[in-house]
This record gives sequence, C-alpha cells and structure tokens, in this order.
Amino acid sequence: MPIDKFEILESTCVPLPAENIDTDQIIPARFLKAISREGFANYLFRDWRYDKNNKPVPDFILNNTEYSGQILLGGKNFGSGSSREHAAWAIYDYGFKVVVSSFFADIFKNNALNTGLLPVQVTKSFLKILFTAIENDHGTIVKIDLPNQEISLAASGIKENFEINSYKKECLLNGYDDIDYLISLKRRIIDFEKIKSFENEN
Amino acid sequence: MKTLFDKIWDAHVISSIENGPDVLYIDRHLIHEVTSPQAFAGLRKRNFPVFRPEKIIAAADHNIPTQNQHLPIRDELSKQQVDKLSENCREHNITLYGINHPFNGIIHVIAPELGLTQPGMTIVCGDSHTSTHGAFGCIAFGIGTSEVEMALASQCVLQTKPKKMRIFINGKLNKCVSSKDIILHIISKISASGSTGYFIEYAGSTIRNMSMEARMTICNMSIEMGARGGIIAPDETTFNYIKDRKFSPKGTDMDKSLILFKTLKSDDNAVFDKELSFKAEDIEPMITYGTNPGMGMKITDSIPFIEDIEENNRESFRKSMEYMNFIPGRSLIDLPVDFVFVGSCTNGRIEDIRAFTSLVQGHKKADRITAWIVPGSKQVEKQAKAEGLVNLLYEAGFELRQPGCSACLAMNEDKIPEGKYSVSTSNRNFEGRQGPGARTLLASPLVAAASAITGKITDPRIFK
Ligand code: SF4
Repeated sequence: MPIDKFEILESTCVPLPAENIDTDQIIPARFLKAISREGFANYLFRDWRYDKNNKPVPDFILNNTEYSGQILLGGKNFGSGSSREHAAWAIYDYGFKVVVSSFFADIFKNNALNTGLLPVQVTKSFLKILFTAIENDHGTIVKIDLPNQEISLAASGIKENFEINSYKKECLLNGYDDIDYLISLKRRIIDFEKIKSFENEN
Repeated sequence: MKTLFDKIWDAHVISSIENGPDVLYIDRHLIHEVTSPQAFAGLRKRNFPVFRPEKIIAAADHNIPTQNQHLPIRDELSKQQVDKLSENCREHNITLYGINHPFNGIIHVIAPELGLTQPGMTIVCGDSHTSTHGAFGCIAFGIGTSEVEMALASQCVLQTKPKKMRIFINGKLNKCVSSKDIILHIISKISASGSTGYFIEYAGSTIRNMSMEARMTICNMSIEMGARGGIIAPDETTFNYIKDRKFSPKGTDMDKSLILFKTLKSDDNAVFDKELSFKAEDIEPMITYGTNPGMGMKITDSIPFIEDIEENNRESFRKSMEYMNFIPGRSLIDLPVDFVFVGSCTNGRIEDIRAFTSLVQGHKKADRITAWIVPGSKQVEKQAKAEGLVNLLYEAGFELRQPGCSACLAMNEDKIPEGKYSVSTSNRNFEGRQGPGARTLLASPLVAAASAITGKITDPRIFK
C-alpha cells in the first residue's frame, strides 16, 4: 500500500500512560479475521473501550470527549507482542498520525512506518513532561516536525529531537513505500540468486 | 571475527541503503491465513506476480477448529479467511498444507518437522514466533503484512541489522525443569522489553545438551523479551534431527550441506553488544502471575509486593493484579484453576505431549479442569497415537484434539471464558489473549500436568 505523505503536524494529544501496551490490547485477535484492510478503527483498544455488552467504558480515554487529536501518547514498550500490522492499521484508521512513547517494540515500529504512522521515540523525561502538560491542559498542542526531526510543545517551546533512519524519513516525506524500491532492484536480486545457486553447486 | 548471526546476515544482503536498512534475501517464506490476505490483495492491486512461489510454504493454522476438522468451518469469517488462503495459493502456485492435509499444523511446528527449516537460511513469516526456527542456526524473524507483501513481490525484505546479544546457559538442569522454565526464568530477569533491538544467540552447555524440540521452545519465546529473534549454532543434534526429514537434503547434497552447516558458529573472538549468563542450577519450575511474560516467578515463590516493583512499572503491575484478581505477596500454589491448555508453537511438539503424559499417566484429571491438549501438527498427532500416548491420556481423562493454534490466541472456538484461570503452555499471558477476560498463567507441560490432576497450581516435583 502506498502511504500518505507526512511533514509537519500540530495537534492535541490523547494520553494513554500504561506501559507495555501490547498488540493484543491494541487490537484483540478475534478481530483479525478480515481479509481487507478497511474498518479496523472500530476495534482499536476494543476490550478497553467497550465492556462485554458493547457499551463504551466511560473512563477509557478514547471515550472521554475532553481528549482528542492525531497524536497518541503511550507508555514504555509500546506495541510489544504479535507482528500483526492490524495494530498499526487500527491506530491509523482511528485518525492518529503519530504515536509517541519512550520505547517501541521493533516489529511494531516497522509496521507503523510501513503504514504511514510515525513512531516518535522520546526520552523518559520528555514523555513525562508531555503527560503532565496534557493533564494540566487537555488542549495542549504538540508539534511534530519530521524534516527537522523535532517534537515540541507549541506554547512553551520545550522541544526534543527524535531519531528516524534517513531512508524511512524520505519514504514518509514523499509517500513512498518499500515495494516500489524492492521491485526496482529485481535485476540485482536475480543476479544474487544465480551467484548463490552457483556457490551451492560448488 | 564474526558472530553466527553476522555470517548468515551478511551472506544474504543484496544491497545496503546508506543510513537505512539492508535489502535481505529470504530463503524461506512461510505464510498463514491471518496476515497474508491483505498482502496478496496489495500485490493484485499493483498487478505484480509472486516472484518466487517455490520458496513459499503456506498452512492454515490460526483460525481453524481443533475438533471435527472434517466438517466445514462453522465460523463464517474464519472460513472466509481459510478459503482465501487456499484461493491465493492456488492462483499463485504456492504449496499449501491446508486443514486435513497430513502435513498440516502450526506453521512453526511443521516447517522444522518437514525439514524445510535448515541451518544458514533466512526465514520470515507474518508471525512473531517465527523466531522458533532460529533453533536450527538460521535467521528467522516475524514481519508485518506490508513486509509479507514485499517478500511475495521480491523475495526480499528491508531490515535494519539488529544489535547482537549472547546468552549463556551453563550447567545441569534440576528435576522437572524444562526449556520452558529456562526461558520464563530469563524473561523474568530481563523483562518483556529487555532484548528489544537485539538478536540473541543462545549458547552454553545446557543448550548443547538439549533436544531440538527444547531448543525451539527457547528460541520461540525470544520475542517475549522484545528480541527480533533467537539463534543457536547447529551441531550434531541439529544434523541428526534434519537428516531424514521429507524436504531436507539427501545423499551427496546432504554431505555438501553439512560442510556449510559446520561453519555456522560464532568465531572465538566475535564481539557481541551485550552478553548475559545464567546457571541452570538456579532455575526451578516457573509460572507467570501477571499480564506479560516478564511477570514470572519460581512456582514456589510469592508474587512480589508493589514496593518491589520499579516505580515506572507500578501502574501496570497494579493493573495486572486487578485483571488477574491476585494479591501482591501471595503464593500461587494451590490456587484453583479451571482450564489447562497444552499446545502452541511453544509447547505443542511430541516431546511436550510426552512430558505431559508422563506425569498424568496413572492419575486422573481433576473434575473441575477442562483440558485442551492440542498437538502442534498432524504429524505430532499421528506420532502421539503411534506411541500410545493418546490411550494413556484417555485413561487419565484427557483427550487429544486436532492440530492448530487453538487457545494460544483464541481466534477459533477454543476461548477461555471471562474470569477463568488457565494454566497454559503457550507464550503470551496478555489481557484477553486466550479470550476476553481470560486469566492466563504460563508454565511448562509438567506444571500444566500436575495442575490438571489436582485442579490447582501444583509443583510437578511432588509427582516425580
Ligand atoms: S501457536 Fe500461538 S504463537 Fe504460535 S503461531 Fe499460533 S498463534 Fe502464534
């Protein structure tokens, strides 16, 4: 899937301070039976969002109308567990463009980038500043500047730089995905296979 | 001086992007019904063919029922997904071991038993427990659906080379301690995110003395501490295991392969980014008490007090105590349980069924226990019958079901009801993993067996 371009985003945030938010919480397995990519937003944090009678759980953050925005803040080790890309799809389909945490699980990070969802890894102390700012003012605006790899609080100007590998950054800025790139390498892949089978023969 | 991991990785890099990932060639691509349909759809949309269908193996495993497999799948959505896999495989000439095929089973169980997993390979699958195959000395890791699409289209994925960690386990194992206990012990020490960003090589005398099945259990759960994967250098045990498998090299091909296989080990002076060491003697039968696999303890220990937990983790600790309905500081011994699940790509192999049977043999299942004993594959099922294990199980009040992922992730009917306790040999105790509201305690087949007989959490050593 080609991804949407991403450059600069200024938005309010939805804070979810739990640690080790695993992909089974982000989207429980029983909602993985679809064969298309549409409609996963409904299942995002399903078992935290709805009770067993499918009634919204009032104190879960996504059901709290005081919080909204395109940035999701999560605690350490966000996205651990299964390789299901459906987790990134659900977050993205719900309307988030960025997830901020102090630590991401590897597969989730790859899946997010391949979905066009930007994982922004900040220091523990910066994450704390963000959580506190949002607790004090739900309307706190956070700015994500991908070209400068910078995350900042619009009001106070407090900021931090974040890492992203330059290839993935290019992809997001331009809306490219990896498949086009790999297809462009086909000749080299075929050559590699020839050399490899030659080595195996000898 | 190279690590084993470097040797295999470097031999598969087609090109490297500056400050970016490597283009890694994949020798074996495994697919299943849940994470592949959108990848095939993406390919179709772009009008690309599958580049190397002969390097792909498919199995239906996540969604399928574990009873009455000869009947059509009842759940409409599961059926649709399984049918879609068949359709995609047919259209693209991909070998499929579908439901009822004599080679069907959990993809990570069948690839090794068919000899499809071989030392030195790169293996991917849209499933995090692909790490299992590392037990054979290959680089095997889980990928997302976009990457499945990449692998279908080009037989390559883009990957950033992870850091390298080596974990030594030396010494002789205590009574009733299995590889499941070793890995639960390690994860409890270094936490569920302790290896994020790393690929782990397991080494040491305890590993060397292990069977392939036991090694697979260890590598399988590498992902549970955040690692990209785990790897064990192949040795005689490995070569003997693969020797006469259906798709392993035969005759002179095998002789040639063995020359390569024997080079697959870390050089003496190879440098790792991190090294850890554990003593086998320190390890006892384990059980988890919380909602991530790092929350484990010796079965005779007590749940920690909140003060013992690092401040940052207290909130999630509190949450998990509430979910599990446990009181900090309490022991779990004698806690009544309702379900016992033996199966999954962690502990659904023949050795696991043997271990479970060896303990329950001559006893009776406790009345309050519902037990699901699910073989990892058709071949495991067949072997269990041939060895007479099925009869022994039956006499003790247990029944062997048909293969599949089953209650490991509860996508089929095998769901633990809300609030019930399940002693499970699978790999994840996340909230709701075994069904909404289910409470999972991860353990070895022996702990599962002892608890199945008594109906409560029981130390297997009292039976042996
Ligand atoms: S048994 Fe469990 S962990 Fe293994 S592949 Fe199936 S669902 Fe995944």
